[in-house]
Amino acid sequence: MDILDKYASIAERHAALVTHGADPFGVCMEDIRSPTEAVIDGKPVILFGTNNYLGLTFDPDCIDAAIDALKHYGTGTTGSRIANGTYRAHRDLEEAFAEFMDRRFGMIFPTGYQANLGAIAAVAGPKDMIFLDADSHSSIYDGCRLAGSKLVRFRHNDPDDLDRRLARNREEPGGKVVVIESLYSMLGDVAPLERFVEVTKRHGATMILDEAHSFGVYGKKGQGIAHELGLNDEVDFIAGTYSKSLGAVGGFVVSSHPGFETLRFTCRQYMFTASSLPSSLASVRCALHKVAEGDHLRRSLWQNAKDLHDRLCGLGFQICAPASPIIAVKLPDDASAVAMWNGLLDNGIYVNLAIPPGTPDDTYLLRCSVSAALTSEQVETILATFEAVGRHTGVIGERAASGASSELASI
Amino acid sequence: MAGDLDEVCAEIITLLEPFNKTGVEIKPETDLAADLEMDSVAAMNLVMEVEDKYDIDIPINLLSDVTCPRDLAQLVEKQLNR
Repeated sequence: MDILDKYASIAERHAALVTHGADPFGVCMEDIRSPTEAVIDGKPVILFGTNNYLGLTFDPDCIDAAIDALKHYGTGTTGSRIANGTYRAHRDLEEAFAEFMDRRFGMIFPTGYQANLGAIAAVAGPKDMIFLDADSHSSIYDGCRLAGSKLVRFRHNDPDDLDRRLARNREEPGGKVVVIESLYSMLGDVAPLERFVEVTKRHGATMILDEAHSFGVYGKKGQGIAHELGLNDEVDFIAGTYSKSLGAVGGFVVSSHPGFETLRFTCRQYMFTASSLPSSLASVRCALHKVAEGDHLRRSLWQNAKDLHDRLCGLGFQICAPASPIIAVKLPDDASAVAMWNGLLDNGIYVNLAIPPGTPDDTYLLRCSVSAALTSEQVETILATFEAVGRHTGVIGERAASGASSELASI
Repeated sequence: MAGDLDEVCAEIITLLEPFNKTGVEIKPETDLAADLEMDSVAAMNLVMEVEDKYDIDIPINLLSDVTCPRDLAQLVEKQLNR
């Protein structure tokens, strides 16, 4: 028996998937031409699934800031934060995040994934209990496992279920930590944060909130959903990422907890990895200003999001949640999801394909994400292509006298 | 409401039916992953049903040793008798 035989069924499933067309989990962007355009397999495509909510990846000021930092500080830090990898720029960005999020303290991480791992595994320990939303992102599950705490999973977006579970474990020793996301990345649904905060506080538990997808998009200046709802002071720790609205790679955790600075010596995901690139810090510092002053970007984003959401619904597609920057189109099964995904790509539209077990409730999704940078022409092209491919694959019904499917390049 | 192991096992098998994609007869020793093709998320969802049924919490980090309904029944018994 070979050491990798345990993955045989996964390999089989993948092999079957790619017989229908391109590999949804191995897409190569041969060139990136703008926040909304790339070249895949030699053909130009519109990007409708890249989490680039504010379209800042090609912002000239952010690029200039990164180039200056690259020239000034070099290509890498060659060390971790607790050794030689802390530059002035790391400290400055941590302070900038804390200030922007109205918190006393901030810590940054090389990726958003590590920010979640670090926040959870450092706050909770083996003698504590973690209560996590069933639909949590893998980084949250992984952080919980690293924490070594007892893990209790509650029903998705169900504060009453959390309440019951916290009550059942009232007598258990150790701290209680509740981990939720504000905007869920797969279905695009928003947590009932006010109720979660109430339940968490009533049970004396600590809340860690992941605002990866809501940062930059919700709140007066883009600080996220906790700010938008006036709940910022009630949430103990907030984690976020640079890789969505900030258009870079990295993550942050902010809090006003008086013991926060101790995490710098207890959080292994912070201590034992090379620190963030100076060029990345510089572009993010600049992007943070753009987010703060980004009312026009948020207006464009929400206009595009509502337009695409409502018109995709109008075409007969089933969308999993009310309008948000994440539009999850639900497909009935594996075959239709894969056919639809390939049809879109063949006709110049890239979205994410999400299938079980990576999705909640065995759903097959075309996970689309909206960008402020999508032009009205691109929005029209996206909608026309969804309609044509949807009708061709039978995902939505035929419309009399529609010539739509004849426009398809190939399926 | 601590029941004996067989009773708990029978109840788990009933709760398992909606997850049974393969249509095989579920027995106490049926392998959840190999025989029923349950993935990790489905297994955790089953546990939620079991938790609701018995009004208990089964920490998901205890599930790595569970391969069949009988293993899960033993965990339920343990939580009920705490």
